Amino acid sequence: MDSLDVKQKKINKEYQDYANSLSPKSKVFKNCMMAFIVGGLICTIGQLINNLAKIYYGMNKEEASTITSITLIFIAALLTGLGLYEKIGKRAGAGSIVPITGFSNSIVAPAMEHKREGYVLGVGAKLFSIAGPVLVYGISTSVIVGLINYFFVK
Amino acid sequence: MDYIKAFITGGVICIIGQILIDKTNLTPARILVCFVTAGAILTALGIYDPIVEFGGAGATVPLPGFGYALAKGAIKGVKELGVLGAFTGGVTATAGGITAAIVFGYLAAVLFDPKEKS
Repeated sequence: MDSLDVKQKKINKEYQDYANSLSPKSKVFKNCMMAFIVGGLICTIGQLINNLAKIYYGMNKEEASTITSITLIFIAALLTGLGLYEKIGKRAGAGSIVPITGFSNSIVAPAMEHKREGYVLGVGAKLFSIAGPVLVYGISTSVIVGLINYFFVK
Repeated sequence: MDYIKAFITGGVICIIGQILIDKTNLTPARILVCFVTAGAILTALGIYDPIVEFGGAGATVPLPGFGYALAKGAIKGVKELGVLGAFTGGVTATAGGITAAIVFGYLAAVLFDPKEKS
């Protein structure tokens, strides 16, 4: 009896593994392709802004990179306000989260959502519900990197 | 050519993010934090520089690029100002992006209302 149970369980598990190996993998693959295409396109637009800034405004590498970030953040904030960024995000997954435009979206979306709670604790505070942690860990890491450089790399 | 390189580099970084979303229980917020921190650490180890050299905006536009700018700024700050630079360099280098995110983010949140979820 016991061995039959074990056998049945084994078959169940094998079937489960088989089913798992078929369905979600193709879904993951499809998600990855969408992320690749959308993320790639956003970066290509960034490269275009970057090149324009360098060629027409004579900016150096850092300045061009900053103006690229600012422009993309502006576009993403506007698209989020208009409700269009969410539509892209539904299909693009990480492709719309990982670029700096996703950072901008993560600032606008919760702030807009909580506007009813007022302009200080609603909009003002919720702007940072995701951006806050990003800044905390990002800036802290940069300070550690700087200190390590100061003490150990000369 | 640099557009193709930017497309591929940015796309691959987004694929890594997508795999993390699909295969782990990481929420998007955690992924953003991880990517920025990872970008800063990889920059400190000298690994992210060649990626930026190759991919251009494909490496600086995704969030590890934000970490890259923070760490680069901190290293540059230390060279110019000593220990004080470790505290001022990172935010100095990223001030434009952070300020733009706050100002444009605030304006968009105030001017627009959330859309009805259909």
